[in-house]
Amino acid sequence: MTTERVIEAAGVRKNYQGGTEGAGLNGFDLEVTAGTVTGLLGPNGAGKTTAVRILSTLLEMDSGTATIAGHDVRQQGGEVRRRIGLVGQYAAVDEVLTGRQNLVLFGRLNHLGRAKAVSRADELLERFSLTEAAGQAVSKYSGGMRRRLDLAASLIVAPRVLFVDEPTTGLDPAGRIEVWSAVRQLVDGGTTVLLTTQYLEEADQLANRISMLKDGRVVAEGTPDELKTQLGSDWLDLVLADPADVPRVVELAGPFADGEIRVHDVRVSVPVKDRTKALVAMANSLHEARIEPEDLTLRRPTLDEVFLHLTGAAA
Amino acid sequence: MTGLGWALADSWTIARRTLMHWRMQPGLVLFTWFFPVLMLLMFGGLLGGAMEFPDGSSYYELLVPGIFALSMLFGLEGTMTAVTTDVSKGVTDRFRSLPMSSAAVVLGRCIADMLDSVVTLVVLAATGLALGWRWHEGLPSAVAAFGLLLLLRFALLWVGIFIGLTVKNAQSVTMVQVLVWPVGFLSSAFVATSTMPDWLGTVAQWNPLSATATASRALFGNPDPSATATWIGTHAGLAAVMAPVLLTAVFLPLSAHRFRTLSR
Repeated sequence: MTTERVIEAAGVRKNYQGGTEGAGLNGFDLEVTAGTVTGLLGPNGAGKTTAVRILSTLLEMDSGTATIAGHDVRQQGGEVRRRIGLVGQYAAVDEVLTGRQNLVLFGRLNHLGRAKAVSRADELLERFSLTEAAGQAVSKYSGGMRRRLDLAASLIVAPRVLFVDEPTTGLDPAGRIEVWSAVRQLVDGGTTVLLTTQYLEEADQLANRISMLKDGRVVAEGTPDELKTQLGSDWLDLVLADPADVPRVVELAGPFADGEIRVHDVRVSVPVKDRTKALVAMANSLHEARIEPEDLTLRRPTLDEVFLHLTGAAA
Repeated sequence: MTGLGWALADSWTIARRTLMHWRMQPGLVLFTWFFPVLMLLMFGGLLGGAMEFPDGSSYYELLVPGIFALSMLFGLEGTMTAVTTDVSKGVTDRFRSLPMSSAAVVLGRCIADMLDSVVTLVVLAATGLALGWRWHEGLPSAVAAFGLLLLLRFALLWVGIFIGLTVKNAQSVTMVQVLVWPVGFLSSAFVATSTMPDWLGTVAQWNPLSATATASRALFGNPDPSATATWIGTHAGLAAVMAPVLLTAVFLPLSAHRFRTLSR
C-alpha cells in the first residue's frame, strides 16, 4: 500500500472578521494518506467546514500551508480543482433541472465533450441507483437521493481527493444508510476521502482514521481503535433492577473506579483499569450486598466517550 | 482550446442552464415575460382615458416605451434572485470548485439575463403594436432605441449581481424588490415629468430610467412632453448612454470584487 500524502495541511489559520459566517481555524494540521477515508470529527463550530472550504480552494486561509496531491491550494488553485471533488453540506445541485441534466451540466463544466458528458452522466446515474429518477426534477428527490446525486456530481472526473462535508446532516435514517453505502462504494474504488461529520457513529462506520477537531485545531488523531485506547479505561456497566440501589452501587464501585462514575437512570458506568480484577471484585461486592443487577458487562469506551473526554464537553 | 475559449464555452454552458430552467418551468418564465404586458394593459386601461395629448395621439404612444424601460428595471429582480439563490444553495460553490473559468459564473448569468430581456422586449413590442403603438422614425432608429433599452438592462444587471452577491439570502432580496417600485414610478415611464411638482419632476428626470424612456421615445418618434422642459430633458440621449456606462463602470468591478471575496 502506498503511503503518499494526498492532503497535507500545517498551521492553517483562519479568522472571520464578522464571526457569524463560520468557525475559524487556529493552527489546523492534517495529513491524509492516499486511498484512505479520514473522518474530521467535531461539534458544530469546531471549524470542519472551514477546513474543507480552505482545502478545496473556496476560501483563503490567513496563514499556514496546505497542499492537495502536491499542489499548493493558494498558488495552484486550478491544479487543485482538477483533482478534487466536493460534496457540500447542502446539496449543491440545481433543483430545477433533472438529475441527468445536472450531471451533464457539471460534466460540460469539467470540460468533457457533449457525448462524453452524457455517457458519464448515465454511468454515474446507474452507479448511484438514480437511473429511474434521472428524468425527474431534483426538487422531487428525497434527501438521500439528492445527496447521492451530489456525490455523483463530484465524481464526474474521478477525483484524487473527495471532500464530503457532513453528508448525512438533515437526512432521515434511511437516507443516512443510502449515503453511507454510496460512500463505502467510493472507498472500495480507491478514492481518498476526507469526510467531516458531527456523528461519531458515522466516523466509526466509514473512516480508517479520525482527526478530532475542537476550536479550530486537531486535538486527537488516530484509528478509531487507537483513539478508544488513548482514553485508557475500560468501562464496567451495571444495569440495576431497582433505582433505589443506585447510590449503594456507586458507593460499592468507588474503590475500583479509575475516574468519575457516571449514572444514567438505572445504568451505572464505572471506569476501571484492571479489567478482570475489577469485574470479580464488583461481582463479589454486589453478591455480599444482595443486589442482583439486570446486567453487568465490561466494554471498551465508545467514541462518544473518547470525544467527550478529549473535547472536554460536559458528559 | 485557449483560456479565453474555455471561458466563453463555460459562460455559454452556464447560460444554457438558465435556458433549461425556462424549459423546465415554462409557467414561471412566461409569467415574468407577460408581467410587463399586464402593467401595460393595466396602466393603459386605467390612465389612458384621463390622458389627453395636444396632437390627439393615444396614451400608448407615451406608455409603451415607458414600460419598455420599466421592464428593464424589473429584470433586476430576476438577476438578484437567481444570484442569491445560487449562492445560498451552494450551486455557486459547486461551480467555484470546478476546474472551469470562474468569470464564466458571472458571464453566463449576464448572457442568460440579456436573452431574457430580449424576449421581454419582443413580447412587449408585439403587444404594443397590437394596441396601436408604432415607431415612426424607421427601423434603424427603432433598433437603436431597443439598443439603449438593453444597455440600461446591461448596467442594471451588474447592480443586480452586486446586490445578489451581497445580501446572500432570499428574504433580503424581497426587500430590495419592493424598493424597485418607487424607482420605477418616480420616472417618466408613465407620465411626463412636467406634470409633477417641480422638485419631484427634477428628481424623476434625473432618474436614469427617465433618460432611457425619453431617449427611446425620441428614437421611436413617440411624443414625450418631458423631452424639452430642462437640460436633462433635452440631453436625454446623452444621459441614456452615460448613465448605464457609469453604472456599469461602478458595479461591474464591485461585482467582480464581491465574487472574489466569496473566498474570504
